[in-house]
Amino acid sequence: MILEVEGVEFQYKSKEVLKDIKFELKRNEILSILGPNGVGKTTLLKCMNAILKPKKGAVLIENEDVLKLEQIEIARRMGYVPQRCEPARLTAFDAILLGRMPHMKWNISTKDVMLVESTIKKLHLEDMALRYIDELSGGELQKVGIARAIAQNPKLLLLDEPTSSLDLKNQLEILDTIRDVVSKENVSAIMTMHDLNLAFRYSDKFLFLKNGTIFAAGSISDITPQIIHEVYGVPVTIQNYMDVSVVIPV
Amino acid sequence: MHGTDGEIARRYKEHTGRKYTYILSGIVLLLVMTIISISVGPVDIPPLEVIQTLTGHSVSVRWDNIIWNIRLPQVLTAIVAGAGLSIAGVVMQSILRNPLGSPFTLGISNAAAFGAAFSVMVLGTGATHSQVGDAVTISNPYTTTAVAFVFALLVTVIILAFSRIRRNTPEVMILVGVAMGSLFTAGTMFLQYFADDVQLASMVFWTFGDASRASWEELALITAIVVASIIYFTLNRWKYNAIDAGDETAKGLGVNVEQVRLRGMMCASLVTAIIVSFLGVIGFVGLICPHMARRMIGDDHRFLITGSLIIGALLLLCADTAARVMMEPYQLPVAVLTSFLGAPTFIYLILGGRRI
Repeated sequence: MILEVEGVEFQYKSKEVLKDIKFELKRNEILSILGPNGVGKTTLLKCMNAILKPKKGAVLIENEDVLKLEQIEIARRMGYVPQRCEPARLTAFDAILLGRMPHMKWNISTKDVMLVESTIKKLHLEDMALRYIDELSGGELQKVGIARAIAQNPKLLLLDEPTSSLDLKNQLEILDTIRDVVSKENVSAIMTMHDLNLAFRYSDKFLFLKNGTIFAAGSISDITPQIIHEVYGVPVTIQNYMDVSVVIPV
Repeated sequence: MHGTDGEIARRYKEHTGRKYTYILSGIVLLLVMTIISISVGPVDIPPLEVIQTLTGHSVSVRWDNIIWNIRLPQVLTAIVAGAGLSIAGVVMQSILRNPLGSPFTLGISNAAAFGAAFSVMVLGTGATHSQVGDAVTISNPYTTTAVAFVFALLVTVIILAFSRIRRNTPEVMILVGVAMGSLFTAGTMFLQYFADDVQLASMVFWTFGDASRASWEELALITAIVVASIIYFTLNRWKYNAIDAGDETAKGLGVNVEQVRLRGMMCASLVTAIIVSFLGVIGFVGLICPHMARRMIGDDHRFLITGSLIIGALLLLCADTAARVMMEPYQLPVAVLTSFLGAPTFIYLILGGRRI
């Protein structure tokens, strides 16, 4: 088990956001956190790497308690990709090199540079490697963010809505990349998603949040139209088209 | 297409190599300018003799006197102050995530000016007449400087305290800074309204930033603080790069963003406070020079910190030299010139296309 989450609770000031969150994640698995806007998906994701500190509960990464680790120790184990990466006058190579920060002492080494090069090749970003990221498109910038997290050499990738604001082609490319990395690199991934169909297509496990807690969890075979109806308040049917589950509102 | 191993890494090293070249040529330019600046003035000294004097081969007692006692301290002060204001600006822009971050946007120099005015008026450290050059001198400069410094630090403490109470966000820091700036400007105007003409003259005189004001001892103190902050900022260069990528990305990379922000602000404010209290208000350097450096070598703080300190030093040195020779035999305070240069440069940078 790479990640175990035990009874996590979180409050913003006095408002309870998350309560009684429990789940586990195995190696090479992708988990999608689903649920309506404002239910606490991003909050839950940020509790995983202690960007937000849960009030109660524990998050164990390979049996180590995340809340007892230094921030830099967490960064060596988990790569976090926020919804939006800020552009700056840096090359994509520089931006991905930042991912080596948790591992470097005073400065980068040749090994760091080579590792960034192999990450760039893995994600097929060769053509933008030396372009400035403030000249990249949204999709390209998102790929740089993911490459940076992969260069961190983590056990677990945390992705906050990796496909929001991307076009169809980029959505598929990004998720293919994530699935590719997860299957080849011995890492796992947790992502928050809005698009149920993309989530179904690319993840192994699902977590539906409602009213700040887990409403349903499991693999694709556990997900019923009733669950989606209850969580989103929209009646749907789930159809199977060429081995892909498709959600259709009715 | 990019088949061979190490091909991208090699191209990347070429890319960073160019930045080292820029920095190196900046240093050479700064050295040349230093010699030129020492050699010109009311008395022109041939550059070769300047170099001879500086390397310990005395040419004449008169040259020794002018160079060691007048020109060199002024030139070095301009270099150190320019570098200090510029790195304070570059770090503030990064940690506040705002291109308008600079020692002046945050009200620090307004507060120092108020402190000086307060000292002149209330503590009676104002003003006697002197003969040539400067119209007014301040009779007790150390008290004036100390009070200015205290007020500059006070603003820093207020900004930091507010960001402790509220959340430690860039917006809070900038807004509080702007509020403090206008509060102290109002305070200065209040004092000026009730000042007599001699007091008024010395208040106004104090605000004209001038590199010729510092003695060797004061220069040493400013230099110590500026060098310490250069070292501190350089140690944190990767963290500033991470914060540029967004607070959340930085946190995900293991950076304690709030702590870096707080300490960076403290350090940048201290540098500003010490320079402004000794030399007076020198506008625009902390805002313009970082942006010039960004245009030339990009936002990577591994190069940007060094780049901005060189450009800051160079700009203030050139401005100071120009101010010295423009209206011979009168020396203009350098701040007059930087403000004249600052506004058009800034507009040029905005129109120049690249986002600021």
